[in-house]
Amino acid sequence: MSVEPLELRVEIDLPAFSLRVNETLPLAGFTAVFGPSGSGKSTLLRAIAGFERPVRGRIALGSDVWLDRAAGIDRPPHRRPVGFMFQDDRLFPHRDVAGNLAYAARRNRGVGGIGFDAVVEALDLAPLLDRRVQALSGGERRRVALGRTLLRAPRLLLLDEPLTGLDRERKADVLAYLQSIPKRFGLPALYVSHDIDEVATVADDMLVLAEGRVQMHGTAAAVMERLDLQPLTGRFEAGVLVEGRVTDHDRRLHLTHVDLGGDVLTLPLIDRVPAGAAVRLRIRARDVAIATERPVGLSIRNVLAGRVEEVLEGDEPAFAEVWVQLTGARIRARLTRAAVEALRLEPGSSVFALVKSVSFQSAS
Amino acid sequence: MTDLGPVWLSLQLAAVTTLLLLLLGTPLAWWLARTSSRLKPAVEAVTALPLVLPPTVLGFYLLILLSPTAPLGSFWVSITGTSLTFSFTGLVVASLLYSLPFMVQPLESAFEAVGRGAVEAAASLGASPLDAFFSVAVPLASRGFLTACVLTFAHTIGEFGVVLMVGGNIPGQTRVVSIAIYEHVETLRYFDAHVLAGGLLAFSFLVLLVVYVVNRRYPLHVG
Repeated sequence: MSVEPLELRVEIDLPAFSLRVNETLPLAGFTAVFGPSGSGKSTLLRAIAGFERPVRGRIALGSDVWLDRAAGIDRPPHRRPVGFMFQDDRLFPHRDVAGNLAYAARRNRGVGGIGFDAVVEALDLAPLLDRRVQALSGGERRRVALGRTLLRAPRLLLLDEPLTGLDRERKADVLAYLQSIPKRFGLPALYVSHDIDEVATVADDMLVLAEGRVQMHGTAAAVMERLDLQPLTGRFEAGVLVEGRVTDHDRRLHLTHVDLGGDVLTLPLIDRVPAGAAVRLRIRARDVAIATERPVGLSIRNVLAGRVEEVLEGDEPAFAEVWVQLTGARIRARLTRAAVEALRLEPGSSVFALVKSVSFQSAS
Repeated sequence: MTDLGPVWLSLQLAAVTTLLLLLLGTPLAWWLARTSSRLKPAVEAVTALPLVLPPTVLGFYLLILLSPTAPLGSFWVSITGTSLTFSFTGLVVASLLYSLPFMVQPLESAFEAVGRGAVEAAASLGASPLDAFFSVAVPLASRGFLTACVLTFAHTIGEFGVVLMVGGNIPGQTRVVSIAIYEHVETLRYFDAHVLAGGLLAFSFLVLLVVYVVNRRYPLHVG
């Protein structure tokens, strides 16, 4: 997927809030814009789409300039080739599903975008076309909204918390559709969210905002490792994102084995992922305990041998952060400083990492 | 036989007024519903004035403004050769002001109910502001349009004081139904007064009934 970078120099001053972003996003697949509520994520997205005014600075996708205050360029929203998906889906109540899709399709014909049939097929919209939008479930509404957005023939998708208000099951459902879009249509997306799990699932790159300022920007894995350095994710959220491969499923005990490059983790059965598939897992630091000898008579099934790489200060005075190098992956543990002292943990110590729980994020 | 000329004149006046106010009031209501200008309260107050002013006050100022000796009135005379006072055209001008709030206020609240969200969504799908207005805002505000037009029409039919001040009582020109009823009563022709008053009552009732039935039977699916 070769996509042009998005140049963002955005300055917004409101009475009680200011936003300053000066970054160039490479736009590979999903770029998550992450931060607590009130950090300016949605404002940034609205500024890119042209809804937020006035904005100073410069916004350009490759050589296509959408805003350049100095040069007097400020294209209105309908002349910026972005597909905006709002957190409230904003379907038109006076049109049925087909009418909502046609609204976008008719206005963007001949731009060489994505075809009507391709969108209907990708999002399984065929059975919904004749329905009134009032008769759709929450998940169906999001799918229609996403389809309508794709028919705008965008060069960039802007997704503003597109899963807000859905229950767990529907979230996973819509997320699966969303995830398939960048690859399928060669379309990059900015994904605004304050939910670290969503971000861990979709993000390739990550931009972290707090109080209108960029805190971090980089690949999702790199940013997530450092995320706890900032009080953004709340306590206990620190962890690592690891890539692995499903080796096999144990149908009798309902378990799935995942190889992390030499070490095998056992997880509750992930039915929808076939053996051999690559998966992305998140292991929270507080779910990892450390032992200096291989424990016996223990209920925890995931015991992985490794070597302490680093011992860092934790987010609170009582805690320390221990990085452990396994055969392939690195994981981190959040321990009390008392435990670190008692076990005499230091770089080089041989240890066993006890992983209490792992959350499956996505097939990658 | 009762002379029905005033009835046709009233219907004509109401139709012309409603049509012109639809064209003038819609952009004004759209602006009022979306602006954050500091002028908004002042413009709203001016728009609402005809609701609270006695028709005679409005009629008095209009009479002065439109008379052939005033700048506006004499300008009209110089380009058309006819006077604005005591003429049908003058009545239309007076009715536009008199019925303005009945067009603008329902439209303004209908546009406010449409909200920025739907219009932004239209823009994000590639619709220009004008396109978004006609393809999204107007259909979503259709009920507001119906209410505004019916109220404007009915209110113009019922106009009396302003007509009397600006138009007088010229058959075929300014003698609308309310004026004719007044004259019939003054001259003790109660039968003619009954025919016109009863007709007006029945007409008003029927129009309102139709509006309420339409709104009930074809509820707009917004939500």
